[in-house]
Amino acid sequence: MDQQLYGYGLYIISLLTMGGIYAILTLGLNVQWGFTGLFNAGIAGFFGIGAYTAAILTTSPHTSHLGGFELPYVVAAIAAMLISGIIAFGVGKVCLKLRSDYLAIATIGIAEIFRLILKNETDITNGPRGISQIPKPFENLPEPWNQLAFLGLVLGTLLLVYVMLEVARKSPWGRVMTAIRDNETSARAAGKNVETFRMEGFVIGCMIMALAGAFMAHYLKFIDPNATDPLLATFIVFVMLVVGGSANNKGAILGAFVIWTLWSASEILTTQLPSELAIRTAYIRIFIIGLVLQFFLQKFPQGILPETRPSSPGKNKS
Amino acid sequence: MNEFINFYLIPGLVLGSIYALGAIGITMTFGILRFANFAHGETMTLGVYFTWSLVQFTDIHPLLLLPVSMVLTVGCVLLIDRGFYKPLRNSPTIILVIASFGLMLMVRSVVQFFWGVQLKTVLPGIQMPIVWFDYLRLSPKHIYIIGGALVLMYAVHYLLTYTKIGKAMRAMSDSPELARLTGIDTEKVVRTTWIVGATLACAAGVFLAVDTQVDTMMGFNLLLPMFAAAILGGVGKPYGAMAGGLIIGIAEEISTYPWLGDLWQFNPGYKQAIAFFIMIIMLLWRPTGLFRGKSF
Repeated sequence: MDQQLYGYGLYIISLLTMGGIYAILTLGLNVQWGFTGLFNAGIAGFFGIGAYTAAILTTSPHTSHLGGFELPYVVAAIAAMLISGIIAFGVGKVCLKLRSDYLAIATIGIAEIFRLILKNETDITNGPRGISQIPKPFENLPEPWNQLAFLGLVLGTLLLVYVMLEVARKSPWGRVMTAIRDNETSARAAGKNVETFRMEGFVIGCMIMALAGAFMAHYLKFIDPNATDPLLATFIVFVMLVVGGSANNKGAILGAFVIWTLWSASEILTTQLPSELAIRTAYIRIFIIGLVLQFFLQKFPQGILPETRPSSPGKNKS
Repeated sequence: MNEFINFYLIPGLVLGSIYALGAIGITMTFGILRFANFAHGETMTLGVYFTWSLVQFTDIHPLLLLPVSMVLTVGCVLLIDRGFYKPLRNSPTIILVIASFGLMLMVRSVVQFFWGVQLKTVLPGIQMPIVWFDYLRLSPKHIYIIGGALVLMYAVHYLLTYTKIGKAMRAMSDSPELARLTGIDTEKVVRTTWIVGATLACAAGVFLAVDTQVDTMMGFNLLLPMFAAAILGGVGKPYGAMAGGLIIGIAEEISTYPWLGDLWQFNPGYKQAIAFFIMIIMLLWRPTGLFRGKSF
């Protein structure tokens, strides 16, 4: 009985850890889609860039892939964010002047080219076999405590990102962002440089996505090209944000935990089935999660927690 | 030179014809419904799997079954429009892009559920190429594909130039408000756009399946080159999409030709990236495309 409870406990810790990593990813998307109105269809690419950068920089020397830098976690995470940010800047330079559809096409292109690089540059990435033995913070602690400490680190980072984004949202910078999203022409008429603000939103979002990728690499201790699968790294993140509530940071976090719990719980249900059926029901899960997205888009485009606008400082005083 | 024509240029033309047929649907949806349809590749996959099933039942050549699978594909696409795009007709277009992104995965998961993910073929056996003038080697399936693509492209040209609904489609692509004011039934134009797009997508998918294999990811793998072709030709311009598709198909195939002899060869693993780079260069140099399409 105790053994079983202990098992449940570990499952809940892993559920919360994955949910927390997805929540960071969803917050990154919220900066882009929620506040700036930019549709990034290549979340998987930026997430993967973060994961692989962190993996390569922290692993010990290995013959089958680039590595052996053994850098501290923080340095690797910052490098992951910087590389992702630079690539995002390049994409933004080309696409942000054009309508949002072009950004969607270009970002999914970046994600697919990143997958081609993973497959072809086997000297660096070990190709489809992936990178294993990635170090994980606190892994030397005894069994439940290492998991708990890592969970604490994820949730602490999530809180930090959340607080920073909330401050940004309520600042003049955040209000300009939503103004551009809602009415570009009037924001431009008010003298705001629309391209610069969009670029800032896009780059910051991609950097947060890379941070989530770095956490995922350390948590799983293993990363392969499947981690950049458009389904689990792009689509589900969109579902999380739309269901939770775009342009609401609390909604983004809520959506991430709710959808991840449903996704993970339904996986446990389907693994009880005979193997042939289990593989097929996996596709039903994707279909259902897609239906959830369509339902929210049509009936509740605001999500569970709708956007709340910060009160403008002038109004309260008078 | 023989080698260049037989193994690079002709496969390029075949691939280009397939891209062109797919890109016409993308560019029309972009021009008339005003959103980038991410689910277009999955329309192809659907058409291919319908054809595969029909081949199993009837044992007829897949290209002869094309009309039947086209009807089935069009039916599915019209149902999808009714259920998922029509309720969002008045939403911002980017919501439609997200909906199509969701549908891309939903349609694929349905295909994977019913047909499984194993590789299949619609045309078993190896076909011997016919040798023309001693050096030109053309396999019959390549002749069928290029010929079929030309017929379908001419049909699109005829539809847009000489029929009433074709003219209404061009009018709505140029200005939806004006089109509505002149009494054009916009819902009918939207339906026709889906019908034309799905018909061509089904043909393009089956052509690719005849040339290669049947695989649930085939539509998704075609998506980026088709978008690139639509942007290269100019969004909303069907003739541009045809030209763009051919250019990208040929560029992808001839990129791996050893132009510099033994010195350096383009890594074929990056062939799929060619379309993306052509698209980026086009967006930087001339976002309206070769045929002066729309730039949003």
